[in-house]
Amino acid sequence: MKHSTFFWFVLPSAILMLLFIALPIVSVVTQSFYSAHEQVIVTVENCGPFGCTESTAVDQEATQALQDEEPLGKWVGTAIYTDRNHLALGEISDAWISADGLPDFGRSLMNLPFYKAMAFTLTYTFIVTPLTIILGFFIAIAVNSVAQALKGPTIFLSLLPMIVTPLVGSLIIFWMVDARGVLGAGLQWLASDPNLSVKASTAMMWMMLMFYGVWHSAPFAFVVFYSGLQTVNTDTLEAAMIDGASRWERIRHVVIPHLFPLTTFVALIQLMDNFRVFEPIVSFQAQAHATSLSYAIFNDLGGETRLLSSAAATSVLTIIGVAILLSPVMVRTYRDFTPRS
Amino acid sequence: MTMMKSLVMGTAMAVLTSTTAMAAGHGCDISEGRVNIVGNEFPAIQSVAAAALECASGVEAESNLTADHQKINLAGMQGNPAEYTSAIVANSSIVALINEDVVRPLDDLVAMYGQDIPARQLITIDGKVMAVAFMANAQHLVYRKDVLEQIGMDVPTSYEEVLAAAEKIRAEGIMENPVGGAYAAGWNLAEEFVNMYLGTGGQFFEPGTANVSINNAQGVEALEMMKALTEYMNPDYLTHDSNATSAEWEAGNVALMNMWGSRTGPLMDTEGSEEVVYSNTVAGGPLTVGDSGNAASTLWWDGWTIAKNISDEDAAATFQALAHATSPALLNDETMEQAVWLMDGFEPQPLNEGVLATVAAGANPYPMLPFMGLLHTSLGDNIADYLQGNESAEQTLADIEAAYTAAAKEQGFLQ
Amino acid sequence: MSIANRRPVPVLLLATGFLALWLILAAFPFMWTLWGSFKVEGDFFSKADWANSIYGTLTTAETGGSFTGDGYHGAWIKEEFWRAALNTAIVCVCVVTVSLTCGTLGGYALARSGYRYAFWFLFFALIFRAMPPITLVSGYLLPFFEWNLWGHLYTTIIVLVAINQPFTLWMLHAFFKNIPQDLDESAMVDGCTRFQAFRHVIIPVMWPGVITTGLFSFLLAYNDFAVTTMLLSKENQTMIPKIASFLGTTQTKGNVMFAVAAVVSVTAPLFVMIMFFQRQIVSGLTAGAVKG
Repeated sequence: MKHSTFFWFVLPSAILMLLFIALPIVSVVTQSFYSAHEQVIVTVENCGPFGCTESTAVDQEATQALQDEEPLGKWVGTAIYTDRNHLALGEISDAWISADGLPDFGRSLMNLPFYKAMAFTLTYTFIVTPLTIILGFFIAIAVNSVAQALKGPTIFLSLLPMIVTPLVGSLIIFWMVDARGVLGAGLQWLASDPNLSVKASTAMMWMMLMFYGVWHSAPFAFVVFYSGLQTVNTDTLEAAMIDGASRWERIRHVVIPHLFPLTTFVALIQLMDNFRVFEPIVSFQAQAHATSLSYAIFNDLGGETRLLSSAAATSVLTIIGVAILLSPVMVRTYRDFTPRS
Repeated sequence: MTMMKSLVMGTAMAVLTSTTAMAAGHGCDISEGRVNIVGNEFPAIQSVAAAALECASGVEAESNLTADHQKINLAGMQGNPAEYTSAIVANSSIVALINEDVVRPLDDLVAMYGQDIPARQLITIDGKVMAVAFMANAQHLVYRKDVLEQIGMDVPTSYEEVLAAAEKIRAEGIMENPVGGAYAAGWNLAEEFVNMYLGTGGQFFEPGTANVSINNAQGVEALEMMKALTEYMNPDYLTHDSNATSAEWEAGNVALMNMWGSRTGPLMDTEGSEEVVYSNTVAGGPLTVGDSGNAASTLWWDGWTIAKNISDEDAAATFQALAHATSPALLNDETMEQAVWLMDGFEPQPLNEGVLATVAAGANPYPMLPFMGLLHTSLGDNIADYLQGNESAEQTLADIEAAYTAAAKEQGFLQ
Repeated sequence: MSIANRRPVPVLLLATGFLALWLILAAFPFMWTLWGSFKVEGDFFSKADWANSIYGTLTTAETGGSFTGDGYHGAWIKEEFWRAALNTAIVCVCVVTVSLTCGTLGGYALARSGYRYAFWFLFFALIFRAMPPITLVSGYLLPFFEWNLWGHLYTTIIVLVAINQPFTLWMLHAFFKNIPQDLDESAMVDGCTRFQAFRHVIIPVMWPGVITTGLFSFLLAYNDFAVTTMLLSKENQTMIPKIASFLGTTQTKGNVMFAVAAVVSVTAPLFVMIMFFQRQIVSGLTAGAVKG
């Protein structure tokens, strides 16, 4: 394809992404190297409906003067990346020196918010992603073989986990898995343990979050594979059959290679989305048991005082994390792009 | 804003009247300026906003009440002119607006249009009126009269008595987990610690500075009391926010809990629970902890502010509309029950007794400090580790201090 | 159906059993919600006994019947949910159209260009997608307020299209890779320009991919909360923020059921939509069969 043709074809997408994603990323990266100015604190008396109290406040005029000097804030380099709420390099080296063996060091590490979040995020990503792909693939194969008249309803039902808005969907599921809910009660009956509660233990909470993750994103993998199956060459399949290939061999040697580009795509998207897991943690009120980088950003931006630089630094770390995670898939894609003669 | 400017007041009113009960009250004479209110979404604020918009019906008036108000109010007031002419805030959230210098002092407006506003409604910081409060809220004990009669104990006034009563209720097999509380990790859990720590007489910061100081005997005492209470709570307590705690109450699973005054109304009405539950639900006073005698609760107000980056006409229009909306004109049979209103003419309802008792007990207002929000977030992130038995109280308090210090450095409060 | 798709009985049984199990798993929460939407909140979210939501103990006590349409009445009539539904319809149609127009052009070019820069384009698109939307949206707020872009439907539409563009590009790129290159190249040998080849040869065979991508764009616009809740004013609110406002910070009694009823009632149009488009996905099969 000629360079100029390529340019005009991708131009609309490129403009949109530059304006609404690339520019904000530049500003976020910049923000992450600056902290707020020193705030000049003064003691004041505050009065209200409940009487007066001695308190502190920010001296606006003095702070404004600092602000006008350096409008971006105070340059701090990578200090925010390395502070305790992010990579915590200082705390790690202290823990390494004072640690009493590896398990003790591990405990200190898990006490730091970034590493605690990473522990859950990585477990979640590496369990949910393959399960989603496998489940989605088998659903696609199964749906593809049902009678034509039943296909529509089957597809609709299979898509339900994705269609129903998580806002309400997770509210309902959160209730269902409660110890008094229908699923929670079912689990207690299955485990013959009347005191079993999914929400009370960290391990059960992790399992529930992962189960929900697979359930919620399997329809995505299913739809992609299903539409991919529509273009499988039936001639090749028949030829393979005449050659005596068994059913499994046909799937293995014809269908799976055909779906491979789509699998790469599903894997990329799923790895990325699972690494940024956020919604289920909030919906299931799971933050006592599991956190993620996206949750940390939400926490920084949702508090009464917003921590913009901290959120920016965590966002940059998320992007770096995604880049590392996806690098094997990207290397593969890169090879596919070998220039043609 | 072009679209909003073109918004005929008629349509704005049509939308609003259909959703919210209107306070009967005219006599507003606003002929110029612009009103646009951002705030949280619950019935009392909806009533105030509706009354303000009705009052400002002669000019362009709008409101945006949403649970995400804290995420958009700052950006919406930073522009020039600001999108929002007023933000409805609480004593915890006003500091974010004051820190960024987006709200204006109201002294001149009070002198001109607000002579009728009683002094107790004016929030002054360093002598300057920064907001006008209209309602109060606090957490206090809510108990089941019938259950306490059954075990033959008086209404608890301290957390120690709550523990004793809970033990007895459990021992007599009436309820398995008789204590409730909004202990969901995050904001709710941090709020419970703030209450408890103030109850022990603790100070959050070294006076006059942003240096946190909670890793002390009072901090440990507060955490230990919280942990003792959780022994009598539903094992899922770390996922129970105030909605879920209310649901537990209505299901009749809980007999004693520390709950928001604003939540007691729905617990006492006839919907959502059995007769035995709602007719025996009573609002008690605040609880104390240890022998300090302080109420382990914080007092809250909700009030309105006026944006700085707007014209004087807009500020005057907004001030007049909101002053009218938070005057005795707002009060009627329907609005009377929605909150503990601070204006004259409010008649306390039985369900408001808990909040009034908390005020009378001299509980502390929630600290209106520029850096309190940072500490609140750090508390919410770390306390669950202790309650789950993962680490010692001292370690948790040290973690909180470290997390706060890192955040406060980033915000420039600490060097 | 081709003989290649015929299957022996045990495989058929296994496949049917697996599918049935999956369908139950996938649909049970929704069916439960559908049933529960006709109950009162105390029953549907009963902390006392889950069976309440089947028998409707409190529903009978509070409304007199064992089913109630209060949730639906409250959502659609009292709270005027139809306005939000209308806004969502506008947003969805616009997002899908714009997204697919830009996406198919870009995706096609990326799949057909053999140059390295196409890879780097895709690579950066993916890195862009890694940015958590919550950070992006809070970054938009200040400029949008400043330039009077905040609150309008068109701003939200453009933002949703842009945020979703990397996904659309990648997905369509993957689908276009599946269409053999000979197809458009032979058209170009016959004298078509690149755009004519795309228009007359590629578009007819790419429907499965486009419809699937369109479905995801649609669901994204339809289910988005992070962007719509922060960027839309009250009168332009779409369904999801409206549902969130039913829930509120402090759940007002009964309003939770408005949210449940609203969610259930907007699922019906989706059923019709999916029934319609699944045929289009399959119709791509015959079109796709012309390939070499």
